Amino acid sequence: MCGIVGLLVKNPAMRGRLGELMVPMLEEMASRGPESAGLAVFTDRLPETDRKYSLYAPAWDYDWAPFEADFIKRFGTEAQMAVKGNHAVLTCDEPADAVKAWTRQNYPALHVLSAGRRIDIYKDIGHPADIAKRYDFPKLTGTHVVGHTRMATESAVTPDRAHPFTAGEDFCLVHNGTISNPFMVRRKLEHRGIRFETDNDTEAATRFLEWRTREGDTLEQALRKGFEELDGFYTFLIGTDNQLALVRDAFACKPAIVAETDDYVAISSEFRGLAHLPGVNDAKLFEPMPEELYVWTV
Amino acid sequence: MDSLAIEKRTTMDKTFDLAKASVRELNQFLHHDLAGSGIKHIDVLNPNGSHSIAVGVNHAVDIDIRGQGGYYVGGMNKFANITVHGNVGWGVAENMMSGSVRVKGFASESAGATGHGGTLIIEGDASLRCGISMKGIDIVVGGRVGNYSAFMAQAGRLVICGDAGDALGDSLYEAVIYVRGKIKSLGADAQQEPMTAADHAAVAELLKRAGFPYDPTEFKRVASARSLYHWNADANQEY
Repeated sequence: MCGIVGLLVKNPAMRGRLGELMVPMLEEMASRGPESAGLAVFTDRLPETDRKYSLYAPAWDYDWAPFEADFIKRFGTEAQMAVKGNHAVLTCDEPADAVKAWTRQNYPALHVLSAGRRIDIYKDIGHPADIAKRYDFPKLTGTHVVGHTRMATESAVTPDRAHPFTAGEDFCLVHNGTISNPFMVRRKLEHRGIRFETDNDTEAATRFLEWRTREGDTLEQALRKGFEELDGFYTFLIGTDNQLALVRDAFACKPAIVAETDDYVAISSEFRGLAHLPGVNDAKLFEPMPEELYVWTV
Repeated sequence: MDSLAIEKRTTMDKTFDLAKASVRELNQFLHHDLAGSGIKHIDVLNPNGSHSIAVGVNHAVDIDIRGQGGYYVGGMNKFANITVHGNVGWGVAENMMSGSVRVKGFASESAGATGHGGTLIIEGDASLRCGISMKGIDIVVGGRVGNYSAFMAQAGRLVICGDAGDALGDSLYEAVIYVRGKIKSLGADAQQEPMTAADHAAVAELLKRAGFPYDPTEFKRVASARSLYHWNADANQEY
């Protein structure tokens, strides 16, 4: 069991309250996944040439100064670091491939959790309510957010195996369920030079779908290929630069409910995750059907 | 009316506000304190999708749940008449023995699962696996039902006023399904059969119980072909 939550704010006036509205959703779904949690928030878009990277360090009191100094020395560029304990967001004008490869080689203890122009990721082990407090989730602002509470089935309970998983740029996925052919998917992708960072089944699904979008599929086409290639049980919630997408497998044994109003679209594994949202009892409430695509654009 | 009568009337009702009391307190009241209390009606406020509201009730009492229920609303119910003024999550009225559960909105998966008796009425749609393994319960759905409904259903009636999804009645035993709308596909060993006068009467009675205005002659009957009842060595594991 896991909990998934998502919120896309249509009303620009509510963007400043994204985190405040999201945190009770995450906390309510903690009983479905009490051991780790995370979220991806999509903030203001950086200029075309800039990128930001969410980084994870193994200790809360990690000293980020040597990393920052070495990074600037190596790339000879300006870089900004926003540090929150064991997480940091590095903003610079260097491409993802170079930053990821250099970090892996020189700071192997660090994980690059995400790359893009809009996405920030925070994920960690512990109770979701503690994690929300640890990273000031109530203060987050932006257009959309994707969150997860984890009860592990397929790989160890570690921060890098918590959700959301990311691939490419501004692409993340959270998953309730189990993929039964992750290693087949992985072998297929590794032959194409796609690198995996964990042994987690959800990472295989994330990298498969992101690879399809890079090959020219729309998100909808990629998700339809996913119905054929990804075997197992899943409710997926996917966040991209400007979209939220929700799908369930053919057996649909992992739950989800959607509440849509003029102001927002909210997704949760269960209604109790939505109960606190303003106007939810007058919202259009529905359950996503198996193998149907539900996509919302910012 | 004398003061004693007024006192008596007001003590026949009770309200549980789940914003203030826990579901456990509500259910403990229903299990241990309701009997002999004279209370005939209970309002449950602010359910907000909580699980296991009014499960295991063992007394004749009317319960109105004013909002959205979570999982297992009215599970194992005996004698109570429970109304949910909203939608419910998974397993509403699961393993119900008698009494009734009415859902004014839609029901999520496995509505009425393994129910032995009583009536489950869903005014909106029911999701996948409605009536899975039902064992004598009557279920009337005002809208459509999702895939795999009445899977391995053993006894009771499932009335579907809307459409049915894939694999309706897969591996059906002796439960009978009545469908007014389209059937996307039948499951293994489920077959459509002619409606008899007894079927029309049964549907009319169930629709009346639910308060739905449809004509019984619009319904189709689906029941077991009973070809899976006995091992067939020649089937080579293909059914």
